[in-house]
This record gives sequence, structure tokens and C-alpha cells, in this order.
Amino acid sequence: MNRLMMKLTIGSEAIFFLCLIVAYLYFWRSGNFQREVAEHLSIKSAGIFTAILLFSSFSFWQAERNHASENYKATKLWLIVTIILGVIFLLGQGHEYYKLIQENILISKSEFGSSFYTLTGFHGLHVLIGLIILLIVLALTMQGYLLNKNSSAIKTVGIYWHFVDAVWVFVFATIYVLPYIL
Amino acid sequence: MKAILLDSIEQDLPVAHRDRKILYWLSTVDHKAIGKLYLLTALLFFVIGGAEALLMRTQLAVASNHLLQPEAYDQIFTMHGVTMIFFVMMPALLGLTVYFTPLMIGANEMAFPRLNAFSFWITFFGGLLLYFSFAAGGAPDAGWFNYAPLNEEHYSNSPGINYYAIGLLLGGIGSVTTAINIIVTIMKLRVKGMSLKRLPLFVWMALVNSFLIIAAMPSLNAALSMLLLDRVMEAHFFNTNAGGSALLWQHLFWMFGHPEVYILILPAFGIYSEVFQVFSQKKIFGYVFVAASTVAIGLLSFGVWVHHMFAAGLGNTVNSFFAAASMLIGIPTGVKIFNWIGTMYGGKIRLTTSMMFAVAFLIEFTIGGLSGIGFSIVPIDWQLTDSYFVVAHLHYVFIGGSLFSVFAALFYWFPKITGRQLSERLGKWFFWLFVIGFNLTFFLQHFLGLMGMPRRVYTYQDIPYYTLLNLLSSAGAYLMGAAVIVLLYNIYRTLKGEVMKDQDPWNAFTLEWYADAPPGERNFVDVPVVTSRRPFYDLKNPHDRDYD
Repeated sequence: MNRLMMKLTIGSEAIFFLCLIVAYLYFWRSGNFQREVAEHLSIKSAGIFTAILLFSSFSFWQAERNHASENYKATKLWLIVTIILGVIFLLGQGHEYYKLIQENILISKSEFGSSFYTLTGFHGLHVLIGLIILLIVLALTMQGYLLNKNSSAIKTVGIYWHFVDAVWVFVFATIYVLPYIL
Repeated sequence: MKAILLDSIEQDLPVAHRDRKILYWLSTVDHKAIGKLYLLTALLFFVIGGAEALLMRTQLAVASNHLLQPEAYDQIFTMHGVTMIFFVMMPALLGLTVYFTPLMIGANEMAFPRLNAFSFWITFFGGLLLYFSFAAGGAPDAGWFNYAPLNEEHYSNSPGINYYAIGLLLGGIGSVTTAINIIVTIMKLRVKGMSLKRLPLFVWMALVNSFLIIAAMPSLNAALSMLLLDRVMEAHFFNTNAGGSALLWQHLFWMFGHPEVYILILPAFGIYSEVFQVFSQKKIFGYVFVAASTVAIGLLSFGVWVHHMFAAGLGNTVNSFFAAASMLIGIPTGVKIFNWIGTMYGGKIRLTTSMMFAVAFLIEFTIGGLSGIGFSIVPIDWQLTDSYFVVAHLHYVFIGGSLFSVFAALFYWFPKITGRQLSERLGKWFFWLFVIGFNLTFFLQHFLGLMGMPRRVYTYQDIPYYTLLNLLSSAGAYLMGAAVIVLLYNIYRTLKGEVMKDQDPWNAFTLEWYADAPPGERNFVDVPVVTSRRPFYDLKNPHDRDYD
């Protein structure tokens, strides 16, 4: 029941992000994004943070596996790893925003600013929500809740967390990789 | 007939304070109470939205009228549209769905009772926020579809449109969470024996409809988020002076907006399917066709949005594609019309108020459908777009389709919800006043549109026939207003009146009538094993049971 609910939720969320990506691409074509992306965005550092986020998906998968095989100590450990990786990703995003604002790229300055901050900002918000949920799950497992094989909570949260990571792959491809291809 | 015992409701649901009235309504997670809250919300906003409509028709009753200034008129027509669509039809149809889905599938609760309460309250507060705009310096004034760049700060500098964006975002979130809740409920909580092929058609429609909500709402939410960023943080999405795009708003809005009109009609189709069966005392003609054509409508509804944008100049290729898709979607709808006529054919028809609204729907909705097919022909659309012909068309489908279904449902299910039966005599008065008023108001607007009267303009010159037709149209609106007063009186009198003795006044077929009227906090203690599409009929006619 929980898992079906979460699948429907991410289905809806996927369409939301699709709209934002389409809007980004729309302005990418009509505006002068090529130059701005080349001047202000660094695919290297974004790539590293992408790898970190993807690794957090892996670490969560480990938590799920250990949960299924009733190895609860490892579950908690991998949950902590996942949370740390998620926090690092958000810090990386914060740093990137800080740099861009120093270079006078603002949401109100150009279409690039509007589209870039909206798309990545909504993704960052989803990561933040994911982290809050993960912290709740961690706190509950520390208290000894959710620790039986039939609990669907960790699997349900997993669907969300993997989704957030998958969305980032598309966002990353759209913003950072596309200019190199087209 | 074997009966199976149901598990009782999830044990740790918050205890609603039965002894304290206000606290009970605020804290309840019972799907029936929440369903009622939805319906009462819809009624509240219906009265407000109706008053706005009457204000508009009063303003337009005579030529060169200055009762309302243009600024006020813009706010009134915007609020009328937004209110009726998002805070009347949505809560009314979702409320009926939330109330009856668990009852019809033999479940004791929704899958997520707390989420259900959350969905209602966030929608309700969305509506309140929208209306708070009047106090905050002016209501939104760019029409219900709120086209860019009119929705931008320098065209509409009162905070109204910010409230529009936030109010609809909240309502949108509420609708999505409700839809998710409904799907999970239907997929996971059906009673034993009720396969998808035996779902009552109302539940089938609710299922398809919920998928539409999940897929359509995000695009509105994305558009509203961008609009808010534009207005509050000076982003550039729809600001055409700074490289923004007016077309992007139109695309995002109608990618939501067209499925939305199906979101408002599919539950209505479900209600009619139940009403036609019960009041013809016959099972539905072509069950599979009704269900399958709904799925077809659901899919096609995402491929027709540009027919709202024919005048935007997207080119012949795009226009032709969407014109063809729009004509195509008429087919599954037409299939259903024949299903319902076939259901009535040879049945023992009882013309109760509920059935009369259903029959009237067949006629009114066909008129609205025909003018709709007309609009899918691009040159006709170019000629008539933004005229009163559009106003007539959309009211024929919204009122003649969706609102009539709510009335039909009200008269059909009122005994179930309250244990009391609405007066049929007053019901007939209500029906005739409303239907005559409705046709008087809106049929004439077809002609006004053909004569070139533009919509959304606060007054008009005294051109031949304009004043006459407008005056009659306004008179019709007042008839509808009078009808609603009759309805409210009917409800009031019935609630004061006697409890009915017969628990099954219509000789109905589906499981909700197996529960008490009104159902107890726990819907069912036991439920018959479902062996056909009409479980309650089977129970009452053990020697003449269905086998499908």
C-alpha cells in the first residue's frame, strides 16, 4: 500500500520536473544559454557532486538490502552514510549558488538565471525533503522501530530517494551535458 | 449468501472527539465526515460563485450599464471561474468520490485516512486564501486561465494573482494527494470477489479520473510556481518584456486545463452510470464499453490541449493535429451516450429528480458536445474564440455535464448520507426552474457569440438584439438563483424532517446501500462476497442473480 502510494507520488513529481525541464529547454533555445553555461557553470565540480548523489543511491540500496536480511546495524550505518552524502550534495549546490551570485547570475537577471535556479532549486528542495525523511527514519530505527522484515517504510522511502537521484541525472544532463552535445 | 467479516479500521486512528462538535469536525479522519466537509465546502463556494455570476448578469442585463466598473467586473468574472472550477466542482466531485468509493468497494476506510483529512484541509485553506485577496488589495483579475503577460506584476499590480497562485497550488496539492489516496484505496481495499471487472462504474470513473489528476495537476503546479517566482522574485518566465514567453504559460496551463475538464466530467459520468441503472431498474448496457471508453478519454485528453490555443498562431501542422485529436475524443464520449440510452431502453424508468437531471444531462451535454466539436474545426474556432459562444459552450458542458451530475448524486445519495429523503415535489420545482433558467441563460449566448459579442468585457453598446438577448439571459440566471434557493430550502426542511424508514428507497444495486443509512463510523461489520457487478441486487434477488 505504502509503496503504491509512493510510486504514484513520484509519477506525479516526474511530470512536475518534466515541465520544469521543458521550460528550461524552451528558454535555452530562445535565450543565449550556451554562452552563459560555458562561462559560469563547471561541469567538473557538478559531475563530482552528481557522483556523490548517485553513490547515495547505492548506499541507500545497501541499507535496504541489509534491512531485508535483518542486519539492522548495517542498515543504520548505511542510512547515516546516505544522509551524509545527501548533505554533501546540498552543500555543493549551495557553494555553486554562492559562486554564481558572486558572478551576478541572479534569478531576476536573465532567463538563464530564472530557469537554472528554478530547476535546480526545486530539485534541491526535494533532496532536502528526502533528507528530512531519512533523518526521521534514522531516528525511528535508532529507537528500535521499523526493524522488522515486513516494515515497508524503508523500501517506500527508498523509492523516493532513488527517484530524486534519477531526476538529478536528467537535470544534470539537461543543464551541464547538453551544451557539449548540441 | 455468504458474508465475510471485515477487519475493523486501523487501530490507532486518532479518536475524533464525538462529544465536542467543532473539535470533531476539525480532527476527524473518517472518510464520510471528510466527504461531507468537501460537499459543504463546495456548497459554500457555490453560493459565493453563484452570487458573483448574478452580479455579472445584473451588470450585463442592460446596455452601457455602470453598476460595476471594469476593474471590479474583471475581478468578479475571474473569481467566478476560479471558484466554480477549483472550489466547487473539484471538492464536490472529490467529496462524493471520497465518501462513496470505500462504501462501494466494501471497505471501511480510505487507504490513508490522515492523508485524506490533510487533502481536504489544504484544499479548503487554498479556497480561503483565494478569497482573502479581496481584503489584501484586490482579487485576481486576469481570467481563470490567467494568461501571460496579463498575470504579471506590471499588468496586474494588486496582490490578487499571488493569492490565485498560492490558493490553486494548495488546492492542486490537495487534489493530487486525494487522487493518490483514491487509487490506492481502489487497488488495495476491494472486498473479496470484487475484481476490476466488477467495480461499480462510479468507482471505475474515480480510478481513471485519479490518474488524470495525478498527471495533469503537476503541470499547473509548475506553471503556478514559475508565476509566483516571476511576481515575487522577478524571474523572467512569463515576462514578455524581458525575454519571457507568453506561450509557455498557455502550453503549461492547458496541458493541465484540458485534462481538467475531463477531471470534472469523468466522475459525473460515473454518477450518471449509477443513476441510469438504478432508475431504469436495469443493469448498464455495455459495461465494458463504458469503462474502456473512459480509459480512451483519459489517454486522449492529454493530446488535445492546443485546441484552446488555435488563435495563438502555432501553424497549420500543429493545429491540424490537435483538431483531429479533439474530434477523436468525441467518439468515446459519444459511445457512452449510447450506453446510457441503451440502459434506459426497455427499463422500468422512474422519473425521480435524480433521474430527471440525468436525462436532462443527455440533452444538454450533447448540445455542449456539438458546439465543442465545432470548436475543433480551426476556422470556426478563429471566428468564435473569446466570444460568448465559448461561454455558452463551456457552461453547457460544465453545468449540463458536471453540475447536473452533482445534483443527480445529491438526490440519489442524500438518503444514504443523512438517512432522510429530499422532497421530490420541491425537487421537481428545483429541477424545472434550474433547467429552464439554465437554457434561457446560456442557449441565447450562442447567438450573442455568433453576433460577435466578446466575453470578459464589462458592458456593451445598444446594438440590435444585444440588449434583448442579454436581458433574457440575465433573467435566466435569476431563475437559476431562485432554483438554488428552493434546493437550499429543500435540504433545510429535509434535515429538520423525519428519518426515513426504508433503508433502500431506490431499490439500488451497489454495496453502499448494504451499509446503514447513514453509515455508522465503521461502514460494514460484514460484506457479502461479491460474485457479480451488482452485489446488493444479488443479495435481494437470490433466485435471479447476475453472472458477470
